[in-house]
This record gives sequence, C-alpha cells and structure tokens, in this order.
Amino acid sequence: MNHPVQSDKPEGDRLSRFPKHIREEWFGRVYVYACVALLIVTIFSIVWFIASRGLNPFISGGLNLSDLLFGRQWNPEGEPPLFGALPFLAGSTATSFIAAAIAAPFGFCAAVFMTQIAPKAGRSILQPAIELLAGIPSVVYGFVGLTVIVPFLRNNFTGQGFGILAGSLVLSIMILPTVTSISTDALGTLPAGLKEGSFALGATRWQTIYRLILPTTLPSLLTGIVLGISRAFGEALAVQMVIGNAPIIPKSLFESAATLTSIITLEMGNTVGGSLHNNVLWSLALILLIMTFLFVFIVRVLERRAKR
Amino acid sequence: MSETAFYTKDLSVFYGEKQAIKKISMDFAAREVIALIGPSGCGKSTFLRSLNRMNDLIAGVRIEGEIWIGGRNINHPGTDVVRLRQNIGMVWQRANPFHKSIYENIVFGPRYHGIRDKRKLDEIVERCLRKTALWDEVKDRLNGSALALSGGQQQRLCIARSLAVQPSILLMDEPASALDPVSTAKIEELIAELKKEYCIVIVTHNMYQAARVSDRTGFFLMGDLVEYDNTQKIFTNPSNRSTDDYISGRFG
Ligand SMILES: Nc1ncnc2c1ncn2[C@@H]1O[C@H](COP(=O)(O)OP(=O)(O)OP(=O)(O)O)[C@@H](O)[C@H]1O
Ligand SMILES: [Mg+2]
Repeated sequence: MNHPVQSDKPEGDRLSRFPKHIREEWFGRVYVYACVALLIVTIFSIVWFIASRGLNPFISGGLNLSDLLFGRQWNPEGEPPLFGALPFLAGSTATSFIAAAIAAPFGFCAAVFMTQIAPKAGRSILQPAIELLAGIPSVVYGFVGLTVIVPFLRNNFTGQGFGILAGSLVLSIMILPTVTSISTDALGTLPAGLKEGSFALGATRWQTIYRLILPTTLPSLLTGIVLGISRAFGEALAVQMVIGNAPIIPKSLFESAATLTSIITLEMGNTVGGSLHNNVLWSLALILLIMTFLFVFIVRVLERRAKR
Repeated sequence: MSETAFYTKDLSVFYGEKQAIKKISMDFAAREVIALIGPSGCGKSTFLRSLNRMNDLIAGVRIEGEIWIGGRNINHPGTDVVRLRQNIGMVWQRANPFHKSIYENIVFGPRYHGIRDKRKLDEIVERCLRKTALWDEVKDRLNGSALALSGGQQQRLCIARSLAVQPSILLMDEPASALDPVSTAKIEELIAELKKEYCIVIVTHNMYQAARVSDRTGFFLMGDLVEYDNTQKIFTNPSNRSTDDYISGRFG
C-alpha cells in the first residue's frame, strides 16, 4: 500500500491560474489593507466611545457645558453635585506650560551642544543620557519628585511642597528628551554651508548660533516645545504624585492643585459606570482628546512653516 | 602689476596624516584676478579655505607656513579671525543664502560688526546690490525671501553679502559651476567689474572661464603648485608638460 508520493507541485504551479508572485502580491495587499482598516476602526471607535460617554452629561441634561468649563467648584458627592472643571484646566495648562518653559532652554542648549559645539561628546554621552530619561517609567519620576522635589520645596519655600511647581519640575524633566531630540534633528538638518557663510562674514560661533541658527530653525524648535507641552498635558501618574490633588485654583505655585489627568486617575475607581460622576470624568477625557487634536494641529502648521 | 595684496610662503595643509597641499608659495596683487585650476582633489579648495582660516572649522587640520596680509602673518593662533574674515570675503559653489529676506542677508555681516543705523544699512544694501547688478532685479522685493531668487541671483546675492563687510580680497570656489550659461556670463561680467576694487581668487574647472576672467593662473596638481604665470602664457605656451596636458584636456 506504499505508493511513492509524487510531487505535483511544479506541475500544479504552472497550471494554476494564480502563479506564486500574484499570490504573494495579493497576500501582501490584503494583509496591509486589513491592518490599516483595523487601525482606523480602532481609532474611530475609541474616539466615538470617549465622545459618546463624554457628551452624555450634556445630552442627558445633568450638566451644561459652561458649568463644566467655567465652574470653580468640584464636589461630585455634594447636594447638588458640582462639576466645575476650571481648576483642573488651569492646573493642566499651568503645569505643562511652565514645564515647557523650564525644559525649552535646557533642550535647546543640549541640542546646540550636541550639534554645534561638541558633536562627538554630545553623541556619545549626552544623547544616550537624555534618551535614557525618555525610557524611565513615569511612576519613577513621580517617586523621585515625591522624595526629592517636594521636601526641597517644603523646606525652602512656603507650603507643603505639593503643587504646580513640583508638578512642573517633574514634567520638565520628563519632556526634556522630546524637546531635545526634536531640536537636535532640526539643527542637524540645517542646509550645509549656512554656518560657513556666517563664519566667513566674520561672525563668531555664538553670534552664528543665535543670530542665524536659532532663527532659521525656530519653527522646528517650536514644534519640539508644542510636542513637549502635549506630552506634559497628558501625563497623569507622576503629576498626581506631587501636585497635591486639591480641586481648587491655587493662589501660588506652592499650593496643592490638580490636573485633568490626575483627577481622572484619582476618581475613576470610585465611580459607578453610567453615573453622572463617571460620565463627567469621560467629559474630562474628551477635553484631553480635543486638546491633543489641537496640539497635533499646531504641530502640523509649524511643520509647514518650517518647510518653507 | 600693482602692489601685492597678500602672499603665502611654504603653506602646507594636513588633514590628519594626509598632506593635502605642499609648501605653496603664491603672491596675489590688488585689483587682480587669479584663477586656480587643476584636477579634482588636487587641493584648490583646501588652499582657498586656509587663506581666510576657514579650515580651522575642520577637526584634525594642521596648517604650516605663512600667509602674509598687510604686513602680518595671519597663520598663527593669535590672529583675530573675525577681522581677517571681514577683510576676505568668500563665495562657494553652492549659493548659501540665509533663510531671511534679501535685505537681511546683506545687512547680516554689517550688523555683526556693529552697524545699527538704519540709513547706513540701507545705503550698504543698495551699494552692494548695485555692484552685483542685482539692484534693478530685486529692489521691489528687498523684504522678500532670499530663497525665492533664482540660483544665479542667489549666487550674486551671496557675493553682494560678502561685499557688505568691505573686504579687499574675494575668494570664490567654483562660483558658477552650478549655474546656467546666462547666469555664468553674469558672474563673469561681475568679476571683471569687481576687479577694479578687489583682489579675486577664483577656483574653476572651466578652462575657458579661467582664460576669460583671470590675469594670472595657478595650476595645482596633487597638492603642488606646478605652474603659476600670466594666464595668457599658461594657456598658450605653458612651461610645464603636465600643465599643457591638463589644459589641452589630455587628463584630469
Ligand atoms: N575635510 C576634509 N577632511 C579630510 N580630507 C579632506 C577634507 N577636505 C579635503 N580633503 C582631501 O584633501 C584633498 C584636496 O581636497 P580639495 O577639496 O582641496 O580638492 P579640490 O582641488 O578643491 O577638488 P575639487 O576640484 O573636486 O573641488 C583631497 O584629497 C581631499 O580628499
Ligand atoms: Mg573644491
């Protein structure tokens, strides 16, 4: 019963209406399109999900938009419950912009150092060090902030150390890699010959850097800052650990405050799905999403400017 | 021949271990155009760059010998390179206008050197643009981007820019080799015009161009200055065999 197995593969291949290269072509096509379709479906369903939950409080009439955006009182358990998110909007905006203001000069300087002054040392020491910063988990940043920055602020300034400034400092270190790497790329792609042109006119290195190189790369540098702000805006854990989480608009940088992200992580576990409180947290998430779109849009505009 | 603008004595440049030019001694007169010719890689650009100390920017470069300008040897660490480069303008093969307006490109150098007065800057812009025959072409869009100019206009703008700091010497490294024939002709006219005031050293791969624009021509070969003489003599009756081979297109 042992028939020798005959290979009919070459025969079949030749006879097949779909030779190998066509089958491979189709396989590749189907695979890529399937992945893209899945990706688009995923993105849209996330957006739809957040939007539908986040818009629920306004549609059901439990809350109106201006109360959420401009209300200063956050008291979900109160009678009646108050959902004023202005303190969180203020907290998020303040922490991320201050963080960017701190990180930007350091990022620029690091980029200038790595590209213009000591490319060798920069690329072998500074760049890996900064890239390492990008890889540290945010809980570690929060922990360091809690054990180093908060006590430092408490001992040297007024207040308990928790607050906007503590949050901003932690965030500034976290966004430094973003600002630095984008600035470095921008400075690295400067057209050849520009620097020489400036030197040949008798400019010194520093004059060249801030009269020519910085203005020329400004749109790209701003892109780095905006991406940094956007990252800071979305960071939750590390900020939550050092900001104090008081739902008020603080009068100084040294008082406890809260951000959109920190309040979401803090309260989402205590709410029941479908309740007004839970849905309002989704509204906050929707605000974060819209802010992200806004940042992406700004970056796009800046990039178009940079190309000109 | 008029007075000597500057001269080099036994100038050698090393990139690490490699010697790119070997003991070059050359003199350059004021109001004279000197063409440097020679096959690719023979050290023309290297020589040119060492004259305004632009080679300092390259890591691992060593320069030996002397460069005498205005009674001073500028090839030593104590030289004020800012002053030096103000006196020696430079133009490259690829036009490198700054990403700024035409006006800002020209006042860039003067601003470095402390000129703030708006009227004075306006004057400089007009003077330099007239000298480079650009004024009529761009006077209505001085605040427009320099990058919107054509390649030839950009190159003339770069020449105008280097004139703005009032040099007495201009170094040009293949200034027309990326340009079309019409723009090239304009640059050559410009060189003939600028010669009335400046000493111009121009590197070119175009033999006709060297013959047309220069008074004297130096032929470089593998880092040596093989022959340096009146252009007419070099192109009609060179003393050196390899010069003859090169200009008649037998090699290189
Ligand atoms: N930055 C550098 N580092 C190391 N070697 C260099 C450098 N620049 C030039 N060289 C070398 O020095 C020699 C002379 O180069 P140079 O650019 O002066 O030649 P050139 O005559 O201008 O050539 P071309 O006509 O192609 O422009 C070449 O062998 C080149 O490889
Ligand atoms: Mg060259």
